[in-house]
Formats: sequence, C-alpha cells, structure tokens
Amino acid sequence: MSEKKYRAKAVSRRGFLKALGVGSAGALIPAAPTLAAQERAGAPSDGELATLLDLSKCIGCGACVEACRESNSAKFPEPVKPFPDMLPSRRAKPEDWSDMRDVDDRLTPYNWLFLQNAVVEYEGKPYAINIPRRCMHCQNPPCANMCPFGAANKQVNGLTRISPGLCMGGAKCRAVCPWHIPQRQSGVGLYRHLMPRLAGNGVMYKCDRCHQLLDQGELPACIAVCPEDVQTIGPRHEIVARAKELAREMNGFIYGLEENGGTNTLYVSPVPFELIDRAIDKDSGPGANKAGKGKRKRTPLGPGKPHMGPVKDVMADETNLAAAAFIAPVAGIAAGVLGLGSKLLSKGEGDHED
Amino acid sequence: MRTRPYPAWISRLFILLVAALTFTGFMQMPLAKRYALTTVPGMAWTGDFFLVHKIHYVLGVALLFLVALVAVNWIKSWKNTLALTGLGLARAGVVFGLVVSGLLRVYRNLPGVTLDPAAILAIEWVHLTLVMVLGVLALVAIIRKSSAYAVRR
Repeated sequence: MSEKKYRAKAVSRRGFLKALGVGSAGALIPAAPTLAAQERAGAPSDGELATLLDLSKCIGCGACVEACRESNSAKFPEPVKPFPDMLPSRRAKPEDWSDMRDVDDRLTPYNWLFLQNAVVEYEGKPYAINIPRRCMHCQNPPCANMCPFGAANKQVNGLTRISPGLCMGGAKCRAVCPWHIPQRQSGVGLYRHLMPRLAGNGVMYKCDRCHQLLDQGELPACIAVCPEDVQTIGPRHEIVARAKELAREMNGFIYGLEENGGTNTLYVSPVPFELIDRAIDKDSGPGANKAGKGKRKRTPLGPGKPHMGPVKDVMADETNLAAAAFIAPVAGIAAGVLGLGSKLLSKGEGDHED
Repeated sequence: MRTRPYPAWISRLFILLVAALTFTGFMQMPLAKRYALTTVPGMAWTGDFFLVHKIHYVLGVALLFLVALVAVNWIKSWKNTLALTGLGLARAGVVFGLVVSGLLRVYRNLPGVTLDPAAILAIEWVHLTLVMVLGVLALVAIIRKSSAYAVRR
C-alpha cells in the first residue's frame, strides 16, 4: 500500500471518528463539553465507542502489535528490584515480565495486543484466521465493578482503564475477567509504599484503547496502522449494525455481541467461533487455572492467551439483586408505615440485657 | 450493662448482618487465597469472588429492610420514649453512610451506568473507611459497656 493511500485513509477514518465517535460522546455532556471523550456520569450505552474486527481481512502481519507497543511504551512498568519479600512467600509470588519485554505471543504487562491463529475447516473449505486479541472492553466490566479499590473504571466512551497509581496488583480483575485479560507486573505501584509484605503485588496492565489518542480525537494505534483496515471504531449502535450487516454479507458469525452481556469489541468471522476456539492456542479458557489438569505446570506468571468460547453475563445475578437492594428500604418503610413493624417490634419488647 | 428498651431480635439480627457484611466486604479484597482461608474446611467459598459478592448483596438487602423498618418505627413512636446515646447517634450516622455508599456501589454496577472515576473512588473509600470507623465505635461501646444505641428517656 502506498504511503499516500495510507495517509488518505487514516485521515478519513480520523474524520469519521471525530464526527461520529468522540463528537457524539461529547454531545452527551452538556455541563462539560471540553471533557469530550472523558468520563462523566450517567452514560447511556449509546455513548460508548465500540470496535469491529473483520477477521476475514486480517493477514496476521503484526503491525498492530508493534504499533500498540510503540503507542503505549510510556505506560509500561519500570519495576524496582529486588521485589519486596511478601508474606506468605509460598502463596504470594512476584510476577516479573520486565526481563521478557519482547514476548509478543501472549498478553503481558508489556504486550497488550497479540495475534492468535486458527486453521479450521468449515463447510469443506480451509480457513486460516488471524485474530488480534486484547481487552474486550465489556459494557459492564466485572474487572471494574469488582475492583475493591476503585482502581479500574469504565469510561463514558466505552473503554475500561486501570489506574496504575491506584492499583495494588491483587489480580482480582484478572480472576473475574471472563478472558483473564489484565496481566501483573510486580515491583511497581502503590503497594511498595503501603504494606509491601502484606498487601498487594504490583500493578495490572491491559489495553486501554490508547486513551491518550482517543481523548484527542485520534484513532487507537492498532486501528490507525492496520494496512488491511481490519478494525473500525465508532458509536456502538452503529458498529453493531455494521457487524450484523457484515456477518450477513459473509454469512458469518459475531463474537462480542452477547458475550458477557455485550462487549465493545466485536469480532466478525466467516467461520463459527466455536471452531476458532477449539483451534487457537489458549490458556485462559474456563477452567484453565483449575485443578484437575493432571500434572500441568502452573507458573506464577499465569496464562495470557484468551479463549473465544461462550461467556455468560457474569454480572447478571448482581443486576437482579440490585432491584432487591433498591426495593428493600422501600419495603421496610412500607412495612413500618402499615404497622407491620410495630407489631413485629412490640413482640418481645422490653428491657433486655445483651 | 445498660439494658436495651427494644426487642432483642433487632439487636441480634443487626449484629449478625453487620458482622456477616463486614466479613464478606473484606473478602472483596483478594485475601482469602493469599492467606489460605480457602484451605480451612468449610471456607473454600471465600475464594469465589462472585459468590462472596452475591452473598454481600443478599445480606445488604436484609440490612436495608431492617434499617428502614427501624427508622420508620423510630419516627412513628420510639422517638417519644427513647433517646439515642452519643455513641448510638455516631454509629447510626456511620450505618447511614454505609447504606448510602453501598447503594451507590450497587447502582454503579448496573449495566449502562458509568460514573465519574473520582466519584467511584470516593464511594469505594467512604464505604471501606466507614466500616472501619463502625468497628472502632463498636469496640469503644463494648469497652464502655454502653453498646445499646438508645435508652429510655
């Protein structure tokens, strides 16, 4: 592809993003228009930007992997060594990728995007599918919802970020992520200054969709650099419509529409994802870290190759229970007003020692 | 020890719920596996983040109902015969803060809700700090042998 053609396309895509993506997100912020792609309260899901990956186009050249590294290199951890001795040492082991920064065949704190490959046969035809893998940027991300310190958050423009200044590296986000995406680097972050022996173990890292570029109305590096136009970004409702249209055109399949209740990363493929899931090299599928895998070696560095299997909405039960949580005080007040409380409370009323 | 002029079951249910909420709340931090709590017979469930989270929700629902019921009865009739102790007032304020921050936490977890990261940080840390303040106040109340929230006027 000529440089001229590439530039023209990049400008065009940037214009598209500005006009439809960040622009519409900004329009939803009447009180703070300057915050455009930044976070704010009460976001409808339509304000979220989603990406579409057309897997029929990806040639596996790796340009996105390289671009991701370059774009995010300033965010990569520079751990202080030796790492703090942690207690109990048998269970709390450091995870160190700082001497393996070149690893690019899995997710690491220094590699937030990698390529998976699947050679499958479907309807009598062979397919070689290349799949750029990174954070799925869930619509209702368990990593952010369940972080006990508020270090992980989803922004109004649909991306999920982990704040390196607040993260303690407990890796709960990795445990609750259906794809176990975030990866840990020890020897860096807040825990070193609090109780390094007793709490924390570093900082978790993952794709933040190049927020520094998005905030300026520019494309994430992996999208901008792709010579095959594999990825598209825009308001989620448009991206979903485009994904469905594309899937219809190629008689293909979509991943990310229903998985975990919906993600802001949609893959469209000419072959079923269950075939891809069976064929790709993966470590982090359901049960990957569970016992019962014989003498499978469990390294402290853990898996970083996400699966492509079905994922139920992991926060669905909480969503149902939330209704009960909001009804409970109303029910308590109603019961009290109706006198039920008085009857209950008068039962056994009297002085007692406790 | 001062006597409680309200039914014993309220005190006992409240203590049970707050204790269970405190435990399941602290288990939101990744402590159970690291500190081998999951290896204690009958405690393996503490390592399941989702299960512990759901139990915390269910306990929270029960506490919300109880607190609302007691508050209404206080307004309707008890305030004429009962008076909050100083420590009782302080703890009631802390429980109110825990309830509000907890509900905001539940709201934040709904799909389609995206709060400002600074607001989320405030909610998290207010909730975590208040439970520790409640623990300190409860300890002071026990030491001073005045654990009842209210006494007869």
